[in-house]
Amino acid sequence: MTTAAATRTDAHPGLITRLRQQHNLLAGALLTLLLVGAATLSLVWTPWSAFEIDMAAKLQGPSSQHWLGTDPFGRDVASLLLMGARSSILVGVIAVSIGLVLGTAAGLLAAARRGWVEELIMRLADFTFAFPAILSAIMMTAVFGAGIVNAIVAIGIFNIPTFARISRASARQIWAREYVLAARACGKGPWRITIDHVLPNIASVLVVQATIQFAMAILAEAALSYLGLGTQPPQPSWGRMLAEAQTLLYQAPLLAVFPGIAIALAVLGLNLLGDGLRDLLDPKLTRKR
Amino acid sequence: MGSYLLKRLLTLIATLAGASALVFVVLEILPGDAALIMMGPDAAPEAVRALAAKLGLDQPALQRYAQWVGGLLSGELGDSYAYSSPVAELIAERLTVTVPLALMSMLLTSVLALVVGVYAASHHNRIGDVGLMGLTQLGIAIPNFWFAIVLILLFAVHLQWFAAGGFPGWSEDPAQAFKALLLPAISLAVVQSAILARITRSAVLDVLREDYVRTARSKGLSLRATLWGHVLRNAMIPVVTIMGLQFANLLAGTIVVENVFYLPGLGRLIFQSIANRDVIVVRNCVMLLAAMVIVVNFVVDVLYAVIDPRVKANDL
Repeated sequence: MTTAAATRTDAHPGLITRLRQQHNLLAGALLTLLLVGAATLSLVWTPWSAFEIDMAAKLQGPSSQHWLGTDPFGRDVASLLLMGARSSILVGVIAVSIGLVLGTAAGLLAAARRGWVEELIMRLADFTFAFPAILSAIMMTAVFGAGIVNAIVAIGIFNIPTFARISRASARQIWAREYVLAARACGKGPWRITIDHVLPNIASVLVVQATIQFAMAILAEAALSYLGLGTQPPQPSWGRMLAEAQTLLYQAPLLAVFPGIAIALAVLGLNLLGDGLRDLLDPKLTRKR
Repeated sequence: MGSYLLKRLLTLIATLAGASALVFVVLEILPGDAALIMMGPDAAPEAVRALAAKLGLDQPALQRYAQWVGGLLSGELGDSYAYSSPVAELIAERLTVTVPLALMSMLLTSVLALVVGVYAASHHNRIGDVGLMGLTQLGIAIPNFWFAIVLILLFAVHLQWFAAGGFPGWSEDPAQAFKALLLPAISLAVVQSAILARITRSAVLDVLREDYVRTARSKGLSLRATLWGHVLRNAMIPVVTIMGLQFANLLAGTIVVENVFYLPGLGRLIFQSIANRDVIVVRNCVMLLAAMVIVVNFVVDVLYAVIDPRVKANDL
């Protein structure tokens, strides 16, 4: 009995054991917490004002007063980084929500209706893939001018097909299950089955994908802001900080280092969190590795 | 195969038509008056009307769309408003920078990803594998434009082996032109190959678990010979597919990195045109980039079906 129980535990480790094995999840959660903490902290406190210009203090190196130095306008780099975290999270949350809501709705509809509806939705998803966030942002900037809203919409649109594909594929697996057949036999319609059975069962896949898309959204926002298509001054953003730092590479090389590290840590954290969550929620994958 | 190809071809044409309609609607219909956008809000109304007449903006939208698509097919894209030269010539000139850059980074990406992925898989769960996979995780998180800036800091500012940016032109000095594209290509390739190396590793690991590999090994074939003779070829199917799907990322990356290194490629042309309010150039460049992604995805779809016939059977 004991041997059988032990074998069973090895083959199907419990949640606590799996949590303990999850170094990725732990590291990812810590880094993500750091990102969210930085953004939250900036709402109530920054070492200095991120908007106040002090030309007398421009381009200073790291010191006890300015931990990461100052930029060409004398603004405190640490404070700008804290505020930049807020822009990244804002864009990430809204853009991923757009993709998650619209994409999942489209994917669920495709899986429930099949036939020409599915074909049409999936071809539309393929079509949207032809417009990377940067192309959509370029088009919108050419028409409406640069701004953070364009960046959010562009990144959000590019997220839609990813969620549509993943939710359709996962939903189709659920639709093939016997309990769905039983629900249909009981007279439940496609809409009710989708809400009661399909959506709860694909939620974990969606959470994992949302985490990974969040990381991609942060990268995309940084690139768009670097190009001047995203967050606009005076609102601090990591991408813009890099664009400004690039003009001063010879005088103040460190200015180009800190925002890059911030972006890399945020993206790394979210990617690790996504990987860790996937391993945790899908133990089959973990054992296969 | 014939009906599959025909279906895919029809989808390709429909997607291209859809993309052109979308680009036209966003850049010509949505703004209301493209001539006003080009000349700015302070322009005199007569000047705006004159430009609208010159560009044919006073004609019905459907007719303008038909003319534009006709122009796209015949290579006559009209004249740039800012440069006063044919858009087709401008784009062709800029492609001499963008296409070699994309090809160089694609080549570097493939070599790096293959070496790292195969090495990691053949040293599965050993220190080399764990270390390399940690590095790829970091590589995926690093923005390519930041990596480009770090390369400039290291090789241009500190070591002074390379120029911090600019492009001397192929006709002036081909060796220097090649050198000018090297850092941009590396900055694109390192980040791209991080993703591809992980896919190569898991594809090789999957094939290594196959029965025929075990048979080959039990016959006494060395790991190296098994890898080259049996594993790599079969593992390449998903790798090639992902490479094709990464093409959109590569193009987006090229646009950004060209701006980091001040390279006169398509990406710079787009941004200069946005600054110049040159909607005609922006429209054609965006269409070209979208068409490239669509066509590459089509080629990948077809190639995939040629390599793996099961795809046709399961075509959804």
